[in-house]
Amino acid sequence: METNETHKVSDRALAGKLVEEIDRLTRPLGRKVRYMEVCGTHTVSIFRAGLRQLLPPQIELVSGPGCPVCVTPDSYMDKAIAYAKELDTIIATFGDMLKVPGSESSLSEAMAAGADIRVVYSPLDSLKIAKENPNKTVIFLAVGFETTAPTAAAAVIAAKRAGLKNLFMLSAQKLIPPAMKLLLDDERTNVDGFLLPGHVAVVTGSDAFLFLARDYHKPGVVAGFEAVEILRAIYRLAQMTTAGEARVENEYDKVVSREGNGAAQRAMYDVYEAVDTPWRGLGDIPASGLRMRDEWQSFDIERVRPIEVNVKPNKAKSLCRCGEVLKGQIVPQECPLFAKACVPEHAIGPCMVSVEGVCAAHYKYGGGKFKYGA
Amino acid sequence: MAHDVIEMAHGAGGRMGGELMREVIFPAIGNDILAEMHDGAHVNVSGNIAMTTDSYVVKPIFFRGGSIGRLAVCGTVNDLAMTGAMARYLTLALILEEGFPIDELRRVLADVRKAADEADVKIVTGDTKVVGRGAGDGIYINTAGVGDIVDGADIAPKNIRAGMDIIVSGYLGDHAATIMAARHGISLPESIKTDAAPLKSLVASMLATSKNIAVMRDPTRGGVAAVLNELAGQAGVGMLIDEDKLPVREEVRGVCDLLGFDPLNLANEGKLIAIVKREDTEKILAAMRNHPLGEHATVIGTTTKEGAGEVGLRTPLGSIRMVEMPMGGLVPRIC
Repeated sequence: METNETHKVSDRALAGKLVEEIDRLTRPLGRKVRYMEVCGTHTVSIFRAGLRQLLPPQIELVSGPGCPVCVTPDSYMDKAIAYAKELDTIIATFGDMLKVPGSESSLSEAMAAGADIRVVYSPLDSLKIAKENPNKTVIFLAVGFETTAPTAAAAVIAAKRAGLKNLFMLSAQKLIPPAMKLLLDDERTNVDGFLLPGHVAVVTGSDAFLFLARDYHKPGVVAGFEAVEILRAIYRLAQMTTAGEARVENEYDKVVSREGNGAAQRAMYDVYEAVDTPWRGLGDIPASGLRMRDEWQSFDIERVRPIEVNVKPNKAKSLCRCGEVLKGQIVPQECPLFAKACVPEHAIGPCMVSVEGVCAAHYKYGGGKFKYGA
Repeated sequence: MAHDVIEMAHGAGGRMGGELMREVIFPAIGNDILAEMHDGAHVNVSGNIAMTTDSYVVKPIFFRGGSIGRLAVCGTVNDLAMTGAMARYLTLALILEEGFPIDELRRVLADVRKAADEADVKIVTGDTKVVGRGAGDGIYINTAGVGDIVDGADIAPKNIRAGMDIIVSGYLGDHAATIMAARHGISLPESIKTDAAPLKSLVASMLATSKNIAVMRDPTRGGVAAVLNELAGQAGVGMLIDEDKLPVREEVRGVCDLLGFDPLNLANEGKLIAIVKREDTEKILAAMRNHPLGEHATVIGTTTKEGAGEVGLRTPLGSIRMVEMPMGGLVPRIC
């Protein structure tokens, strides 16, 4: 118990020092310094630790496109719902997909109407469901970034090995670096540096982000998810910003290497190849999606049993400014729907649905500037 | 018993229903009042009484440390206790699904009996219905209870003022973690099991020590976050709790990290939150720690004038963030 307390006290002292240093470095710049956290897990950690409140006012943290549920387009949800309604089909999905609005309804509404939809915590769980239900078509909703794609690939490889004929993927998996390039190519994006996603970098390696410094002269630091780790990464960003330098550094080297996890990358690229794909709010991004290679097409539900959906335009949704939120161009509070028509219980945009969604985090934590008694 | 599983006829009031009562239900939970076999129970109560009812649909029905039967007694006894009332009599209504194994029913009823004995309450009347295969999920239970309100106890949200202490009676989240782990096949060390327990005697000793208890709540569905938000809203005060002071076992934190839950949102079935006048905090804590169900009781925060209607949490780094009312739905059928 005593060591635990000591640990906490030293964390607090360390955080205080880092914040002081960040302030000392950036205050003389006489302007706002904006850093983007790309990853939804960072967004949540920052809110949970109340970091916005600790940081000096010149530091602005903006959230990026790294919430998989948030960037999954309507057309994908509509397809998932259409498959869910087919008889003899079981949909296996991560829980936060259930309430994501498609163009007309959601998986959770399909579930209430009798569709067999099971919440899983890993793509590998869908293998088990397929084995236990040999007469059903089991479709795993493969969304996610480099973090989950290798596991989805592993599930497919294992299914092939086991001779399973009833497990399929509906794939909308995405790659992070191409989305960051798109952001940086957009002149409205105004950020001084990036807090790079630790979990993604475990797989890709920190070198996958070298283009930031090389092509865009922006610094980036791979960060872990503890509050102090995030502060340390911001401190290193501040050092580079002040010095006018741009490097890609790794503040999470206990688990992230420069090259990343070779086995995971191999599994992923054995099964998938990079293709152009639509991101909600960001549009089509070249070579940013993962599609199953031809030799694996018997596991791709869209090729085995194609389904046509008619994505309906929706008036309330046309007001949703998710796209700008995901690019860090506006904060959720600037969206006319935020906390009014769009709340977690009745989300209009996906950023309000996912626990890692930017809007949901802002809503849940009151904007993150919650000052007691102020 | 001539049958191994529940059949439709067991709920039809005829011969088979009688057999189920005689051979399974009475031997498990019978007592002098139930034995009268009236359409309703005659009991003696006088003075101020409290009543409550609750339904139990937990899945799975058996889990480490308990079952739906234990929950069905503890939940209702605790709801009464939170109003300052000592449960005396319970009703028990069973909704069984055709095909439910009678052996499992016996196990559930044995848990009902054990919990009722621990809580010193009697099951005085009940009902059994059977629904067709697929129309239920094995077994649902409803219990209702009546209890005497302890003399001088005045437990109500309107009694909360700024500057009071917020106490929890022990480790948070054990029940929800147990259920979630069972559902997702996560193995937990033996030490983690449901905390379901009747809080009647703990509350009795607290109220015997001090009447300066403004309010008590058991943080079941929605956990501490839901209870504090509810009370802050009802009383029009703020609440500020300290993350470092929240008693959560490491193993439970681990399950939360794995499944993306916040321990503050996890359901408990044998814990209480009490908001008390500061002058009596030490006395009340001492009484709680003297009781096996309160040995880890601790102050987690205070009520404040600032932030009326809101709950703040001081993080280990010293910043304060809001604790939101949980949305619900992420952890269905936890009790």
